[in-house]
Amino acid sequence: MKLEKMITGSRVWRSIVRHGVEPTNRNRVLTVVQNVFLHLHSAKVRRRNLEFSSTYYLGAVSLILFAILVGTGIVLMIYYHPSVPQAYNDMKELKFVVGSGMFLRNMHRWAAHGMVIVVFLHLLRVFYHRAYKPPREFNWVVGIVLLLMTLLLSYTGYLLPWDQLAFWAVSVGTNMVKAVPVLGDRIRYLLLGGNVVGESALLRFYVLHCVILPLALTIGVGVHLWRVRKDGSVAGSSGRKRG
Amino acid sequence: MRKEPSSSQELRKSDDARGMPRRIALVRREAPAQLLEDRSELVTTAPHLLLREVIVFQICVIVLAIVSILFDAPLEGIADPEHTPNPAKAPWYFLGLQELLHYFPPIVAGVLIPGLVVLAIGVMPYFRVNWESTGLYEQPWKKTIALVSGIVAVSVVIFVIFHTWVVLVPTLVIYGLMILPGLPFCPARLRGVLGRVHLADWIMTWFVIVAILLTLTGVFFRGPGWSFVWPWQGGTQ
Ligand code: HEM
Repeated sequence: MKLEKMITGSRVWRSIVRHGVEPTNRNRVLTVVQNVFLHLHSAKVRRRNLEFSSTYYLGAVSLILFAILVGTGIVLMIYYHPSVPQAYNDMKELKFVVGSGMFLRNMHRWAAHGMVIVVFLHLLRVFYHRAYKPPREFNWVVGIVLLLMTLLLSYTGYLLPWDQLAFWAVSVGTNMVKAVPVLGDRIRYLLLGGNVVGESALLRFYVLHCVILPLALTIGVGVHLWRVRKDGSVAGSSGRKRG
Repeated sequence: MRKEPSSSQELRKSDDARGMPRRIALVRREAPAQLLEDRSELVTTAPHLLLREVIVFQICVIVLAIVSILFDAPLEGIADPEHTPNPAKAPWYFLGLQELLHYFPPIVAGVLIPGLVVLAIGVMPYFRVNWESTGLYEQPWKKTIALVSGIVAVSVVIFVIFHTWVVLVPTLVIYGLMILPGLPFCPARLRGVLGRVHLADWIMTWFVIVAILLTLTGVFFRGPGWSFVWPWQGGTQ
């Protein structure tokens, strides 16, 4: 206790965290307001919205899964080369050579599937609670963009192991793009860097998956959460009709 | 120089930096007074919300770790453009679309339907009918039901022509439940429950059920040449 006081009372600590640590309401508010990350939250929340059935924490879980994906993804990048056939060999290496490599890959994969499901459930929660009603209608649109980006992230990642599953799933999917009138073939060419799924496609998907889409999603989520606060914090289940 | 309001209709705004704005309450139609009253106690985010978030985070990590210990991510043979698996399947979340591709031409299944779905869901909150808090049968409903019936009738014809049974059956079931409260023989209790459901909820529920059924069909019931198989009959050739 004394040590804790010494640390939290020190000049260095107080230069980082300006407010005191005594459990006063003022300090509780400052904890959120004076922290660049936490202040995406409002300083106070309605007790009703803390109830599980208000949000089912689905937005929070979406964000958490995304964070886990970024974390495990960055470590995976250390072991991965986006080239043929090295990409596939790297998968084998993760399994048989790298310590906990398979665990790392599993975490990334299951979190990715989980995120697609949870983001969709979050959409349903928002829908059935009528939480898209004005003034939140634009945030709903932002959400749709996030959902599409989540799908694209998952899809581009699907190719990276460069096994049969990956190759043919992406071939099937990108063949659908051909059906787009006029521009179909060009969009597909742009996406694959060629007319078939090959090494250039792997590199493009890699760049999309590891740089462009995560960056875009991070910015998008930032806007989304900022809007949640600006639109008056979560509506939670208050828009739902009660009998 | 001060700019004077151009017309007397316009609100007079003060440019005096030291002045305090007068507060007025503005109750808009979207946020009826009834909703505004629905307020509960405010608590501080730290620690009440933050603690819960930390717990949710821990649960996520623990569950994921357990799943990752129990189940390995799949890895098949190295990609081989010469050897097409039959069937070649997209990731599960696109299998609903791939299933549609089996029934409809690519431009419809691959472009038109997904495009319209995203558009419809995206613009949905901008339409007042979706903000209402009264159920379909708690307001004049005959016109709405007539309109929906017309759309369902046309769809049913399309689904029959293209043999889209996975869509047809849930469509008819949901439509049946939807018109039930309007029928004279509907028990009062059931009418009470179903009648309160909002039009937007009927449509979304229909969409979700159809999407799930299409996806499940694509994942579990499709074998070589996209033929119907039972899940236990084994996968690819
Ligand atoms: C990467 C994906 C997403 C993340 C990380 C995310 C995150 C969040 C979080 C943390 C909240 C706060 C309350 C809650 O947990 O419900 C929230 C609220 C909200 N989200 Fe999302 N979201 C995502 C996708 C979506 C999607 C797909 C939609 C719908 C199309 C959507 C629409 C909304 C709306 C309208 C709110 C306000 C809800 C309310 O006021 O009750 N979000 N989101």
